[in-house]
Amino acid sequence: MSVYSTSQFKNGLKILLDGDPYTIVDNQEVKPGKGQAFNRVKIKNLKNGRTIEKTFKSGEKVDAADVMETYMQYLYTDGEFYHFMDPDTYEQFEAPREAVEDCIKWLKEEDICTVVLWNNSPLTVEPPNFVELKIVETDPGVRGDTSGGGGKPATLETGAVVQVPLFVPEGEIIKVDTRSGEYVSRVKK
Amino acid sequence: MSATSNQSPLSLLRQRAFLLTEIRTFFQQRKVLEVETPILSSAANTDLQIEVFSTQPIKPDKSSAFLRTSPEFFHKRLLAQGSGDIFEMAKVFRYGETTRLHNPEFTLLEWYRLDFDLKQLMFEVVELVQYLRQQMGLDVMTINTCSYQQIFIEKLSIDPFKTSADELNRLAIEAGYHGEPLDLTAALDFMFAIRLEPQLQKDEGYLIYDFPVEQAALSQVHPDYPDRCLRFEFLWGGVELANGYQELTDANEQLKRFEQDNHNRQIRGKDKLPIDQHLITALQQGLPGCSGVAVGVDRLLMCLLGKDDINEVLAFMAKNS
Repeated sequence: MSVYSTSQFKNGLKILLDGDPYTIVDNQEVKPGKGQAFNRVKIKNLKNGRTIEKTFKSGEKVDAADVMETYMQYLYTDGEFYHFMDPDTYEQFEAPREAVEDCIKWLKEEDICTVVLWNNSPLTVEPPNFVELKIVETDPGVRGDTSGGGGKPATLETGAVVQVPLFVPEGEIIKVDTRSGEYVSRVKK
Repeated sequence: MSATSNQSPLSLLRQRAFLLTEIRTFFQQRKVLEVETPILSSAANTDLQIEVFSTQPIKPDKSSAFLRTSPEFFHKRLLAQGSGDIFEMAKVFRYGETTRLHNPEFTLLEWYRLDFDLKQLMFEVVELVQYLRQQMGLDVMTINTCSYQQIFIEKLSIDPFKTSADELNRLAIEAGYHGEPLDLTAALDFMFAIRLEPQLQKDEGYLIYDFPVEQAALSQVHPDYPDRCLRFEFLWGGVELANGYQELTDANEQLKRFEQDNHNRQIRGKDKLPIDQHLITALQQGLPGCSGVAVGVDRLLMCLLGKDDINEVLAFMAKNS
């Protein structure tokens, strides 16, 4: 297993701590004039997204986490696992439910998304920032009301529910920002 | 002149020049003599926590020469020769130190006062800081004066002289430490740097004195408490600005500490460094009773200008030099 010295610490570096993969989000060297130097870091747990603070003696070695980010195509789910494919190598990966929990409601088959691999298996999956999805169920549109005031829930083809303006009818394709879960616009096809 | 109104690069150069002039004026008024001493030496600072730059030897029988990490050894040789009170303001070099508060080369102000005890020198540091604040249009700073033990008890509820290394390690882990157990000195460093310094008021000064004897370096052991030494630091908020000693004058004890440093360096896989035998000889001939202190001038300017990063007050950062 490869290791990093604290002198290599920088934001984005992936390290292994107590068995979990972390990414460094802040690194501060603290060096007294006549004393032991330390590296004080903020690190984000890549499994649960929680950020914690840790301090290492400067010069210590820390295990590297074999973590990388890749683009992959979502293929299908067999009910238990979610299958992704590297579009360059056609290599396939299966992700457990936990890895896709926050994003699967935005994904349609064949969509490209960001997959974080840890020890070569999917750790987390992130949808594209914007997706275009069809409305499969919503109350009838109110013709002429384009004010944007008010809204109604609309169920999308992936099962996600978003608030849309009153004038948007069923069957329409809309653009959604997956970071906020908000409607952006209609998509003219 | 206003210290903070104009932040153009030219104004920064002017502010630095102004500060250097005012520091010289302060010492001229007190009849402290300005000296210049060598940057390059055949001997080195053996301190375990400081890395020394080395270069080609000055003398053919040596393998290298070293850039000074402080002018201290030369100053003590001058004092032993009868120089009287002296100060120097010049560049020193410490390898591998690049952080928000460190640059590998930096300007150090160092001065020595004959017959001053630790407290007298501590208060002269405060007088210098208050004088410079006044000259730069800032009001008088609130100064907190407390022993190392008092501030540990006040801020952390830990008595640094009665708490075991095991207990300190337990507290360090609670505060996010990750790694091999720390020895007693490193564990106290952790508490000081990671837990205590961030609690200090940003615009107040702190004189902290009577450090643990393990951190004595070149200072005398406390005459009443053998577990403490006559060393102080001055901090501006959480920034260490000055480190001072009532100076050790015992040549044998000094040589023993240098050898212990080299022993500790070897244990940690670092090279032994050549001990300054000239300094030992000077101490044998007799260093007058004195106290001395070093102040980081770049950090001082940074604090006076209300900046958070030393790079904001350097004309050139290390990576551009």
